Amino acid sequence: MDEPQTPESDATTYNNFYEMGTGKGDPARNAHLLRSEPWSVTVEGEVARPGVIPLEDFLRPHPLEERIYRLRCVEAWSMVIPWVGIPLGDVIRRLEPTSKAKYVAFETLLDPEQLPGQKRRVLDWPYREGLRMDEAMNPLTLLAVGMYGRTLPGQNGAPLRLVVPWKYGFKSIKSIVRIRLQEEEPATSWNLSAPREYGFYANVNPEVSHPRWSQARERRIGDWSKRPTLPFNGYAEQVAGLYAGMDLRRNF
Amino acid sequence: MKLGDKPVRIGVAIAGLLPGAALAAAAVNDRLGADPVEAILHESGEWALRFLLLSLCMTPLQRWLGAPGLIRHRRTLGLLAFGYASIHFSIYLSLDLGFDPGALVEDLLERPFIAVGFAALLALTPLALTSSRRAIRKLGKRWQSLHRLAYLALVLAAIHFLWSAKADLLEPGIYAGFAALLLALRVVGRPGRKSADYARLARAEARPGSDQP
Repeated sequence: MDEPQTPESDATTYNNFYEMGTGKGDPARNAHLLRSEPWSVTVEGEVARPGVIPLEDFLRPHPLEERIYRLRCVEAWSMVIPWVGIPLGDVIRRLEPTSKAKYVAFETLLDPEQLPGQKRRVLDWPYREGLRMDEAMNPLTLLAVGMYGRTLPGQNGAPLRLVVPWKYGFKSIKSIVRIRLQEEEPATSWNLSAPREYGFYANVNPEVSHPRWSQARERRIGDWSKRPTLPFNGYAEQVAGLYAGMDLRRNF
Repeated sequence: MKLGDKPVRIGVAIAGLLPGAALAAAAVNDRLGADPVEAILHESGEWALRFLLLSLCMTPLQRWLGAPGLIRHRRTLGLLAFGYASIHFSIYLSLDLGFDPGALVEDLLERPFIAVGFAALLALTPLALTSSRRAIRKLGKRWQSLHRLAYLALVLAAIHFLWSAKADLLEPGIYAGFAALLLALRVVGRPGRKSADYARLARAEARPGSDQP
């Protein structure tokens, strides 16, 4: 990608991670409360190899890769971030999904002591997200453990987060403790909170406005004015095929 | 010196400009964080609402505290609210919309949250334009009725702030609570008080050099 990267100091101080507070600066202030070591991930549902897996074992079979992606927030701002992680598809293949596995559901840690934002019921905790199986298997979809060449900071979703660059940022769930493969479309937090405003798919789409603001343009962090938003956040070539024949206005 | 004297009023005006100056200084020195435009938008909007609330506090406070002269700060505070609201709108129009009139029309027609905020600014505009002593004298009793628009602006601004929130309604909820309280006082808190009182106060405010209403 030829677009300049967002300064690390911006990407680690301007965060939406409501479990650490609803202000953009709150997560960086509260991140010290999160104990991201030791960490384990519960794998369950339609897989041949369910279990509670320590993070080291979960990651060990996969070589880490760096991916520089645009991140487009549903609030119409964006960043360019160099992530370090492993393709989610490789992880899922190793878990051996059954033929009934149609969706992947994720959950964030639920612990109001470590994530003090959970003391207020701003959303229905724990935070939940999900992907359709083909979205999860797409080579762009990343499970990140680092950014800017370092371990992921707490405010960015340590120690394990999802990165789905063609979807609005809220799909990229942070501090994951549970991965469940299932047959039904999983319930997702923002969709539960405001179904008219946040859909399950949440693909970046300049044509489909949020009910309260336009999604046609975005402010790249560091810029004063806005730039046009690209369909699928500029990744249409890689992912548009996943939605062939779907009405993206209805499935927003 | 009394509470409503000119030096005090000048002091209030200067104090009211300080948040704007601090915001401008922070913007120039790159101290507004990763998204300074968002910070300026948010701060200017919130200060507009704060000054609107403050300006409408003056009448009940004057009555309760028995502090004559407080009401003479109403104009300064109202003008400050209008000033911050204008900055708020200008930043939105320039940096968010890039002065695109089509985008503005689309926002106003399709997004009630923005239309409500715009209506609040529209409601404040005639008040700012008729805040001079000359206008108060010229409009007489009609000035009183016209300036009740301040309450409409307050309701609209409170709704605009509530509506802008994604999920956390705490902060806009506190402002909306204050606004509701002021409106309730306005409705129930004035038995026996005739609106003539307000008209008299307004005229007194308009009298050059008068220290007391």
